[in-house]
Amino acid sequence: MSEDKFRGYRGPGKNILSEHGVGVWSDVEIESTNGDFRGLILPRSETADDRHIVLKLDSGYNIGLASDTITKMTEVGRCEAHYKIPEKEFPRDPAKPNVTLLGTGGTIASRLDYRTGAVIPAFSPGELYGSVPELADICNLSTEKLFGVFSENMGPVQWTALAKRIGEEIENGADGIVIGHGTDTMHHTAAILSFMVQDSPVPIVMVGSQRSSDRPSSDAAINLINSVRTAAEGDIAEVMVCMFGPTSDQYCLLHRGTRVRKMHSSYRSTFRTIGDVPLAMIDQEGITYLKSEYKHRREDRNVKINTAYNEKVTVLYYYPGMQPDVIDAVIEKGYRGIVIAGTGLGHVNKPCYPALGRAQNAKVHVYMTVQTLWGYCGMYVYETGRELMDLGVVPCANMLPEVAFVKLGWALGQSDDPEEVKRIMLTPVVDEITEREPYNGYLLYQGEIPEVQEFIRTIKR
Amino acid sequence: MAGQAYMDSHFKPFHEMQAEDYAEIGLRCGLEIHQQLLTEKKLFCRCPAGRYTKDYDAEILRHMRPTLSELGEYDGTALMEKKTKKNIHYRIHHETVCTYEFDDTPPFLINESALDIAIEIALLLRLNMVSELHIARKQYLDGSIPTGFQRTTILGVDGWIPYKDRKIRIRQLGLEEDACREVSDEGHDRVYRTDRLGMALVEPVTYPDMRTPEEAADVAQILRKLCRSTGKVRTGAGAAREDVNVSVAGGTRVEIKGVSKILQIPHLIYNEASRQCALLRIRDILKSRGITPDTIECQSHDVTRVLSKAQYEPIRAAVSEGATVRCVVIKGFAGILDEPTQEATVFASEFSDRVRVIACLTRLPNIIHSDSASESLSARDWKALRKRTGTGDGDTMILVWGSEMDTRTACDEIRIRATEAATGVPSDTRQAHQDGTNGFERVLPGADRMYPDTDLPPIVIDPTRVRRVKSQLPEYVWDREERCRQAGLPEAFVHQLSLSRRGELFLRIVNELQINPTFAAIVLCQRFKAFCREGLQPDRLTDDIIFDVFKAHADGQVAREGVVKVLRHCLADCAQKSPTIDVSESLSELNLEPIHEQEIAQRIVDCLQLSETASFGTLRQKHRYLMGQLMAHCRGRIDGAKVAELLGASLGTEWSLQEA
Repeated sequence: MSEDKFRGYRGPGKNILSEHGVGVWSDVEIESTNGDFRGLILPRSETADDRHIVLKLDSGYNIGLASDTITKMTEVGRCEAHYKIPEKEFPRDPAKPNVTLLGTGGTIASRLDYRTGAVIPAFSPGELYGSVPELADICNLSTEKLFGVFSENMGPVQWTALAKRIGEEIENGADGIVIGHGTDTMHHTAAILSFMVQDSPVPIVMVGSQRSSDRPSSDAAINLINSVRTAAEGDIAEVMVCMFGPTSDQYCLLHRGTRVRKMHSSYRSTFRTIGDVPLAMIDQEGITYLKSEYKHRREDRNVKINTAYNEKVTVLYYYPGMQPDVIDAVIEKGYRGIVIAGTGLGHVNKPCYPALGRAQNAKVHVYMTVQTLWGYCGMYVYETGRELMDLGVVPCANMLPEVAFVKLGWALGQSDDPEEVKRIMLTPVVDEITEREPYNGYLLYQGEIPEVQEFIRTIKR
Repeated sequence: MAGQAYMDSHFKPFHEMQAEDYAEIGLRCGLEIHQQLLTEKKLFCRCPAGRYTKDYDAEILRHMRPTLSELGEYDGTALMEKKTKKNIHYRIHHETVCTYEFDDTPPFLINESALDIAIEIALLLRLNMVSELHIARKQYLDGSIPTGFQRTTILGVDGWIPYKDRKIRIRQLGLEEDACREVSDEGHDRVYRTDRLGMALVEPVTYPDMRTPEEAADVAQILRKLCRSTGKVRTGAGAAREDVNVSVAGGTRVEIKGVSKILQIPHLIYNEASRQCALLRIRDILKSRGITPDTIECQSHDVTRVLSKAQYEPIRAAVSEGATVRCVVIKGFAGILDEPTQEATVFASEFSDRVRVIACLTRLPNIIHSDSASESLSARDWKALRKRTGTGDGDTMILVWGSEMDTRTACDEIRIRATEAATGVPSDTRQAHQDGTNGFERVLPGADRMYPDTDLPPIVIDPTRVRRVKSQLPEYVWDREERCRQAGLPEAFVHQLSLSRRGELFLRIVNELQINPTFAAIVLCQRFKAFCREGLQPDRLTDDIIFDVFKAHADGQVAREGVVKVLRHCLADCAQKSPTIDVSESLSELNLEPIHEQEIAQRIVDCLQLSETASFGTLRQKHRYLMGQLMAHCRGRIDGAKVAELLGASLGTEWSLQEA
């Protein structure tokens, strides 16, 4: 109990509270060497220092007072805060499709955490309905919180559990699946789910937000509405990412799970399809399909779940002057697969060759991708490429490095036979390798060029 | 129409109101001054501050949704803005905003020089300083900030400034980011310019310690001067803006926002006081009719068909475009909407404002009502409406027209405002109008709109930092003003010079050199302003150089007229050479060494002889001609007035320079 009374306080801060018989949620009058203050003592963030106490003033502002300036504290009342999203029962309509929202964490729905001073995820259908009532116009929503982790803490264990849960939900009759996910590694999860969950009869839509939902300008609500609509009504029965298209509140883009990547640390429109065009746009008017080839929604429930995975896989991001011992270390530590993000068409320097030879001898599976992200490996073009292939390095065409990484883990979970692994790696499941790169699959406009400026001026970005 | 005709007999016209009248109604006023700081960059990003442009390179579209407060409540303002369903368009220019302002990049660490200035002002306000800043997000769902909140923090609480024989208490000092500027707001589209967004400003807030409108204006002036005395705040249009909080006994705190001219404050407060008294009177009338918030009855009806042939132009035009017309019947409200509230304003405008702001029916007139004496619908139409809606003689009908959705929102708002009428004065944030009246802007936000900013850690204010700022505090502006007055500075210059960075210099010049204070003030204020207009940069002149020039004058090395000449010469020198210049060099180069009176007397004799043959129409013309001849030789070397006097004496007249 006393733990709670001094939530987040340590050292001098905790001592001063304890000395004066006050604690968190005490309404106090304070005398200090800097004058008098009055307010409500709030919990302190655990990452903040231990020399200040936090006071909420009547005006709603918070301030910090140094504990060594405080001479007297008197409790004049108590007021405990209960941060809660208004919960309302999510209405059910038998005529509407059933969508399951699986939560993994992230900021799609969140609340403040006093201990860390950061936002933590929280959701239930009731809470979501309380904050995004539009969802009830679209579907019957059921939610399940699988994990509550930031996306950097997602990994093979969570991927496997998530894939299995998706399979069960599909078998249970869900008309679409939405996965709430932190955005940082959303594209890794989208890629692995594309391999672990195959031939889904319904859309599987990943969604998150770049601005947490505790902000009035958050993209969370629109992303959520659009992803739920995609899951409920969309025709694309694939793993997709549904996030803001432009930074303006206009439409979301649906990106194929194997071709999508987070490309900006903070923009709303961070997710981009790389080396291809997005699958579709979606806004309140509905879905506009941009690609004609995709897997269509079906009535059956014949989904294939294959969660095999070998965790001993790594990515080596090549840099000039890379020493071979990096590769040796990976081999020595028992890694079974290496994806190299090479320069240009897929290159590393000569000093690495012997180490790659040792990898080949140790039957470590080595695959090449390009750190340019856009474009194909072209290992026949230069001597270096041919030499690397002689050392057993297998080019992955235009597979993105992160996609190749999760796919190699998945392939090695199924076989250790080089030929079989190579067959799995190079047989595209869902466009992780494409035969053709469309002319408009690589668009990076540059500012200040007159025609670009003209274009930017006349559209909402 | 004259406002007075509408005014309640209890409420005197503006110019007749006395302090006792305000005391009788229990007027209380408080102030919030928004003062921009003179920093090179913005508060939470590294964009340049104070660069304004109407040009833009791109537009961004956003919508705002309310969020919960830290204590788990929705803020009333937030819910109101949610109802408005506005498309917010931001115009962005590459030079003035980066991805931070439009909320695509988290904040950078706080601008340290802004923080120093804020600490300085906090100390001047004698606040109890906090030891750790917590950045808060203050929600603004009108879209004036793309994030939907303003980053703001409190430096200190409970200070005071002296006023008359008492203290005006200062509630707090905030340091925060400035907001966007509204370009337009029509229907569901609101457009903002973003150049000002994110600039650092401080916000001193007073307690409601002012008892008359004039006192509020006085205190606003004092606070503005106090900020300016640091020399580190922005001046000019829009650099300081006041919010005025007004209440009368039995009323509610109402905030009038965005007053840019202090002179407007008294009239605005008068009208708000009048309005609150009127609203209380209306509540009492309703009560006497048995109408309370619990018993009030409002019904809305779709009357589009009833009015399909109406001739009243706004409705006819709307109906022909497929609009819906709705009628809200408020039971027992007959005559209430015509009750005067402010000058030339009646209670109906309270409804019209809400409908405009919240239901986005922005084209005026946006309502008509059955209490109005002005021409609108025909008697036949009103009669048909009464019949259709079952409206009795004691009831009032309010009509709105527009889209289905907007008219529904409008009817809800009318019902809400009618219910508030039975309560008294609603807590509003109101907009200042040019004519001294005010209109509804939004529901007054409460503490619930505050939320900790999770993007930035708390900032410890090191006591040594506070001590450093304290050791360099400027003198209180009122003390300096008093010293200037005592030094003989004419009242017209007191304000300007005591705020100027040359105020201290003025006192030195007058006290140490016994220079005529008016002369010193004219040079330091008017002449320096003229230098600026000429494109010279008088700020290059150090106080010591200026002092030396005046000293040369005091020592008799430069005549009064020569002082400006020397200063200009020094300025030109500064521009070309090093800033350390020798005043005596300038003096010898310019040859401004004073001419003695005997020498002038001799010259006058010479001139008179030379001009003996010339004929002049009048003696005045002759005097003027000879002055020109004489001054060409000795301008800047002797006081012109002296020459005129000597010449006048020689001509046998008593002209002074002015008369010539």
